[in-house]
Amino acid sequence: MSFAALPPNAIVLSAFLFMIALAGLIIGALFYYKRWRWLWDEWLTSLDAKKIGVMYIIVGFVMLVRGAIDAALMRGQQAVAAGDSLGYLSPEHFGQIFTAHGVIMIFFVAMPLMFGLFNLVVPMQIGARDVAFPFLNSLSFWLFAAAAVLMNISLVYGEFASIGWLGYPPLSELEYSPGVGVDYYIWILQIAGLGSLFSAINFLVTILKMRAPGMTLMRMPMFEWTTLASVVLVIVIFPILTATLAMLSLDRLLGMHFFTSDFGGNAMMYVNLIWAWGHPEVYVLILPAFGAFSEIVPTFAKKRLFGYSSMVAASIVICFLSFVVWLHHFFTMGAGANVNAFFGIATMVIAIPTGVKVFNWLATMYRGRITFTTPMYWFLGFVGTFTLGGMTGVMMAVPGIDFQMHNSLFLVAHFHNMVIGGVVFGYLAALSFWFPKIFGFTLDEKWGIRAFWCWLIGFFVAFMPLYLLGFMGATRRLEHYDASTGWQPLFIVAGIGVVIIALGIVFQAVQLVVSIIKRHEYADTTGDPWDGRTLEWSIPSPAPFYNFAIIPAVHGRDAFWEMKQSDPIVQARPAQEYVDIELPCNTPVGVYIGACAFVFGFAIVWHMWWLALLGFLGVVGLLIARSFDENTEYILPAAEIARLDAAYTQKTI
Amino acid sequence: MSTMSRTSIFLVLVAVGLVSLLAHLSGGIDIQILNPQGPIALEQKRLIITAVLLMLIVVVPVYVLAALIAWKYRATNTDAPYTPDHDHDQRIEIVWWTIPLLIILTLGTITWKTTHALDPFRPLDSTVSPVTIQVVALNWKWLFIYPEYGIATVNYVAFPEDTPVSFHITADAPMNSFWIPSLGSQIYAMAGMSTRLHLLADQPGTYHGLSANWSGEGFSGMKFIAQSLSREDFDSWVAAVRQISSVFDTGEYDLLALPSSHTPVRYFGHAQPGLYDYVVNKYMQPHDTMPVRVLHDE
Amino acid sequence: MTNSIINLTENKTVFGFWIYILSDCFLFGTLFATYAVLRGNTFGGPSGAELFDLSFVLVETLILLTSSFTAGLAMLAANKHYTTSKNKEVSPPYVQVVGLLGLTLLLGITFLGLELKEFTQFVAEGAGPQRSGFLSAFFTLVGTHGLHVAAGSVWLIVLMIQILRRGLTEPIMSRFMRWSLFWHFLDVVWIFIFTFVYLMGVMI
Repeated sequence: MSFAALPPNAIVLSAFLFMIALAGLIIGALFYYKRWRWLWDEWLTSLDAKKIGVMYIIVGFVMLVRGAIDAALMRGQQAVAAGDSLGYLSPEHFGQIFTAHGVIMIFFVAMPLMFGLFNLVVPMQIGARDVAFPFLNSLSFWLFAAAAVLMNISLVYGEFASIGWLGYPPLSELEYSPGVGVDYYIWILQIAGLGSLFSAINFLVTILKMRAPGMTLMRMPMFEWTTLASVVLVIVIFPILTATLAMLSLDRLLGMHFFTSDFGGNAMMYVNLIWAWGHPEVYVLILPAFGAFSEIVPTFAKKRLFGYSSMVAASIVICFLSFVVWLHHFFTMGAGANVNAFFGIATMVIAIPTGVKVFNWLATMYRGRITFTTPMYWFLGFVGTFTLGGMTGVMMAVPGIDFQMHNSLFLVAHFHNMVIGGVVFGYLAALSFWFPKIFGFTLDEKWGIRAFWCWLIGFFVAFMPLYLLGFMGATRRLEHYDASTGWQPLFIVAGIGVVIIALGIVFQAVQLVVSIIKRHEYADTTGDPWDGRTLEWSIPSPAPFYNFAIIPAVHGRDAFWEMKQSDPIVQARPAQEYVDIELPCNTPVGVYIGACAFVFGFAIVWHMWWLALLGFLGVVGLLIARSFDENTEYILPAAEIARLDAAYTQKTI
Repeated sequence: MSTMSRTSIFLVLVAVGLVSLLAHLSGGIDIQILNPQGPIALEQKRLIITAVLLMLIVVVPVYVLAALIAWKYRATNTDAPYTPDHDHDQRIEIVWWTIPLLIILTLGTITWKTTHALDPFRPLDSTVSPVTIQVVALNWKWLFIYPEYGIATVNYVAFPEDTPVSFHITADAPMNSFWIPSLGSQIYAMAGMSTRLHLLADQPGTYHGLSANWSGEGFSGMKFIAQSLSREDFDSWVAAVRQISSVFDTGEYDLLALPSSHTPVRYFGHAQPGLYDYVVNKYMQPHDTMPVRVLHDE
Repeated sequence: MTNSIINLTENKTVFGFWIYILSDCFLFGTLFATYAVLRGNTFGGPSGAELFDLSFVLVETLILLTSSFTAGLAMLAANKHYTTSKNKEVSPPYVQVVGLLGLTLLLGITFLGLELKEFTQFVAEGAGPQRSGFLSAFFTLVGTHGLHVAAGSVWLIVLMIQILRRGLTEPIMSRFMRWSLFWHFLDVVWIFIFTFVYLMGVMI
């Protein structure tokens, strides 16, 4: 450890100073308004799933800005670095940026937005008051937060890995990457991955064990099904990631030979293992987006979801198939033709259930009464982009085509087509859909739709040139190319596309600010701003901390819609139905464990063994101490619930 | 409503403007994959077109239906039928499970055949006997060894036209991918392993070749020129290189293997025999009975 | 079995723990797969057949199996206490339960000691984890199991303290149940290690 590890580069240094300034501003504001106590008591130590969800989403958006800046830096470099011009990024720095971009967008944007959504929506939609294990939920968040902090520390102290987001050896071995970058990469992913695994177990148990009476599996909202499929995948694949990265770190720390070129290591095994995690991982992310659209389309078309059983079947089929396709990421590694053909065809088969889903959504709209709110714009944009991405995906699933297009910019365009058009559009739609339930007011439509157009058009301007560049023989991750290739105009256009997307992100920030200013005008007084169909819309907005004053009884799919059909005044209830509720007490142990995990991660990256041991013992000690704590829950008396519920009902009427 | 349509119209105009600018600027640019120079790349181009056409059978209806349905069943169109409880129709669901299934069956059959036909390890059918070229990916340059001619080159590879070229590929570096887009197919270059790639150029020409798998900071400079020459030109080129007195032995190899990028083209008139095996065996088990591990049988 | 145990298996915490064990199976699955790929890659170093001492490993195995047996006896005794204490208000003495758990702990630590002895012996013979891909995979697979046993032992100590201080309350019974699942799971993993690593390593 020394000052030499601080960044020499002007760009990094300015980013560093910006971060310090921003952090200073926030901390200053907290001191000025004396909100430390409030922040600690109400948010950081909270075990309320809704608050944990909001914290996940805030971190996700902050990291989105960083990931987007990385993207802009890369495309800016490629727009100028042709021929004699070398651009403004050194090759080494360029490598760090694209590695960080991938890691951030998957682990620190997509994953937290997903777990954030789960936290906000899953308990309420199944008529539960909380997740199965509230403390574990807080612990998962703080492990994730520790990893996010470590990720940002790597920007300014030391270096980040320059190995691509999946870190293929032998490049990621000590021989070729002796710096701390790869160690940061490994431990950031290990800590974040542990948080994801715990969270997935939590939601699996929540969905399977905590549904309201009467909600059979086949009466669950589609979002619950896709969440279930997604967390099942996480539970299966994240241990593979943990083991694989552990082996890579054993190579680096203890000189073992799992993936080295010599001494009997096998780098191809790493490639297989990391994709055995990596491929299902993208389905982990996309399935909840499918689920969100399956809630949004029926709501705004005012029609039941078409082909529910088909949709459930399709989700399960996608879940299973995602395990038998990983090899399509490396048809060019030299497996035999039979093996390649098998994995190619298995990959194409996934297009069938996915296509069925799209047709079912269209059939849901058919003979509906569609209102075009922001979430519906996202849905239509999703159909337009995702279908195109599906087409290029099936193309690349044909090994004969992949031999030619593999690792070209065509591939980069394809997966951004899926991730932006599918995951990002889906999550943004979901967030604007469920926002009023958490905060009590809807988001500004005008700015929401403006942001949508920027994202959609920006996406096409940024990525259509990349498809073409792929056909022109441009590979990914080039920080410089010859002028004679003729690639430069296309890279410039792609760069402009990134600017348009960035404008979309700015518009979203504007949307939030405008909505907060106009929160009284946009207030959701009914708790049901969209004429919703599922249970979360049956409770007031913002949702009370106990979610349901009385656990609802479910008699069919679209439980709340049915209630509204049979009984227009669902709010009114006799007071004697209230019963005492057991709720989890707030606890700072999750924060402390996160802090210890951060210390452990940082120390092991820098080989400070005593500190790493201290961090580890801290985690273990805190867990043991927590197990001795008997007062982890408190009782909210029935009378108090009756009083709170009456107050809410008063407000509603 | 009016402001949002203004934003969208503005952005659409920007997009259209950019695309036309692009079309103007990139006129005369070689779109290599759609302009194949050999049978492998040609077959791959055909495959791309077939796959796209097959998928358009689903993609086009999705686009048309999405637009039509969204327009017709907008909430303000109260004349359109409204069936809020209509949530399944077995016949129509069977249709859209079946059509994609049939398309995938068709494409799957094509995939099975072409994956075997285009397998990079499969020697090409030709009456002309193939030229063997050994390729070593180094940090960050390409070494080409011609075992039949005893010469070696760096970042430049020449071969006769209309003749199958059998590339044996390894690496003494992180994983790379050997790719000449105009001729088709790529394959990974990995330390301690030998992969194969069979290519053929229909006529004389100069193509760009590069690494398609990130291998560290010198990666962008890791490119080479691939030239197919007429048989006479190739023979005289080989003869000319042989005139060069420079010897390429393990000592010279170890110097070359030191990291460097944007390495200028080099020629060696006398390549020590067995150099390729030396590179591969560097990573193999001592006293291994198999001299070279090949990924699968030829 | 008695009602109380059935109630505990329906408990969502125990169910969640089953899911955790499932995910741990995938962790071990990955390590087993890696071992299978690398076990021939001795790179001129010693192979399993040259290193492994089956009779020594058999002793280790018997010790671990016995510890599972004593853990099972402790669970049965605890369950008996738990059901009787529900009827009576007095809390029974936990000598039997804690005694059996102490015995289990002792066996677990002995197992770890023997494993450590085997490891140090291999390292001394020049067959450390840095010697070859095979040995890296061997040490990591067996060592990961060992780390699990160590974690289970720490957990067991905490559990014993809690039983002594609080008695067999419902939350502690649930915790006991989960620990016992964990301990038996480690036994099953060891059976796989014994078969695939040691037995097959010596045979081939």
